Amino acid sequence: MTSGILIVGAGQAGMQIADSLRENGYQGEVTLVGDELIPPYQRPPLSKAYLYGDADEESLQFRNEKFYADNNINLVLGDSVVAVEMGTDGGTATTASGKKIGFSKMALTPGSVPRKLEIPGSDLDGVLYMRSIADARALKSRWNGANSVVVIGGGFIGLEVAAVARKAGKKVTVLEGGDRMMARAVCPTTSEYFKDAHERRGAEIVLNARIDHFEGHDSKVSGVALQDGTVILADIVMVGIGVVARTEVANLLGLELANGAIVVNEYAETSNPLVVAAGDAVLLPNPTGAEGQVRLESVQNAVDQAKTAARTLAGEREQYHALPWFWSDQADIKLQIAGLSTGYDQTVVRGNAAEDSFSVLYYKNGRLLAADCINHPVDFMAARRCLTAGQTIAPQAAADSSVALKTLITD
Amino acid sequence: MPKVTYVLPDGTETTLEARDGDSVMETAVKNGIKGIVAECGGACSCATCHVFVDDAFADVVGGPSDLEDDMLDGAACDRRDTSRLSCQIKMCADFDGLRVEIAPKQV
Repeated sequence: MTSGILIVGAGQAGMQIADSLRENGYQGEVTLVGDELIPPYQRPPLSKAYLYGDADEESLQFRNEKFYADNNINLVLGDSVVAVEMGTDGGTATTASGKKIGFSKMALTPGSVPRKLEIPGSDLDGVLYMRSIADARALKSRWNGANSVVVIGGGFIGLEVAAVARKAGKKVTVLEGGDRMMARAVCPTTSEYFKDAHERRGAEIVLNARIDHFEGHDSKVSGVALQDGTVILADIVMVGIGVVARTEVANLLGLELANGAIVVNEYAETSNPLVVAAGDAVLLPNPTGAEGQVRLESVQNAVDQAKTAARTLAGEREQYHALPWFWSDQADIKLQIAGLSTGYDQTVVRGNAAEDSFSVLYYKNGRLLAADCINHPVDFMAARRCLTAGQTIAPQAAADSSVALKTLITD
Repeated sequence: MPKVTYVLPDGTETTLEARDGDSVMETAVKNGIKGIVAECGGACSCATCHVFVDDAFADVVGGPSDLEDDMLDGAACDRRDTSRLSCQIKMCADFDGLRVEIAPKQV
């Protein structure tokens, strides 16, 4: 049995655990296994700057080769863990290529994969997803030749791709199955603003869309057929209907899962005392202190929860209580969200949506829970600071947008 | 490749060669320079890559955009005249020899 830490999954969370272990002075072996061929990289720009051509693959990488060498982080790329022998003080993992990696503790940061849309024609060329660099390359290689882009799903990823497509002068149709956009994350006021904003920028938005099948010829997609018989022509289709947590290794270990995700406690510990987990694939206690468990598919959570996991691996006990925050860049619109709005009973709007710059504050029992800030970074930074400190802003006072939000923060 | 020098909050200095087009933030983070946090990875969304540009380069580098300016107002450290978010400074030949001081508090 070798001592050392094996990190399975080389995305944002896996990379952060490796980095934090070394920063905290961990001396043992650190091995980071990822099934993609390139070193860990940033995913958020794939649907924005990379697609638009403002960022290349090298610029997306988190660290250079020298960093991994200097910090003695063993990168195993293009490989995946397919079997694990687990003892009481460690184990040995076997990879697809036949490597044996001994470890005393393991970190699971497998991330997620796009939820597939399984309808007739979904295997046609040009029906694409957006998650990995391979997905982004597939989209980009067809991008210049595509005049008509259909986006399925009016969530963050879909709207980001739609915005880049409009900026590139393409005909864009967004098909959303629900009655508003980004419904899981924002209130109707924010949803309506974004629908209107994308329409003003030339995209067509179809709500309550009922998709029947993809049409195609020569094995290539040519359109999306709705149940009412309408066919929307498409050179490419980008499907963004959510993600599914990857649980292959968690299943090998028999870890507790719930709602398809790996269950962890506030120390990022799984049901196996030798295994921590972090990032998109976990179900964690609400870090704001509110009741219940949440899944947080964000850079912030991947990074901050990974830091907690790294401390746990080092034998420290520090609960995860970082404030969730999030951003989405859609054309010239920057959405920044601080906090979690789940369970809100009141909203206060600051500013004017017609001016493309406003904020929506969410309250429960008169206390601030969260804020959506649209092209309004000053409000975002104030809300983030306020919520991080466990403070609040009186709703009546917040409604006056002529007063700076940060001056209204109270206990 | 243009060089950029980082002055860390403890006064130590590190000089790196930057890839043309990489930001001052990316150059630091890829090489493991501590002190530039860059939570959002360069999207001008978190204000955790705050630097003070050396006076000698203030004019050639220029000031922040409106959005960056607003983010700087909320940065953890009080801003100065030459404050910038280092994710928004793309390295190029004109910036060769650039010196930036990393703001002591980012989060």
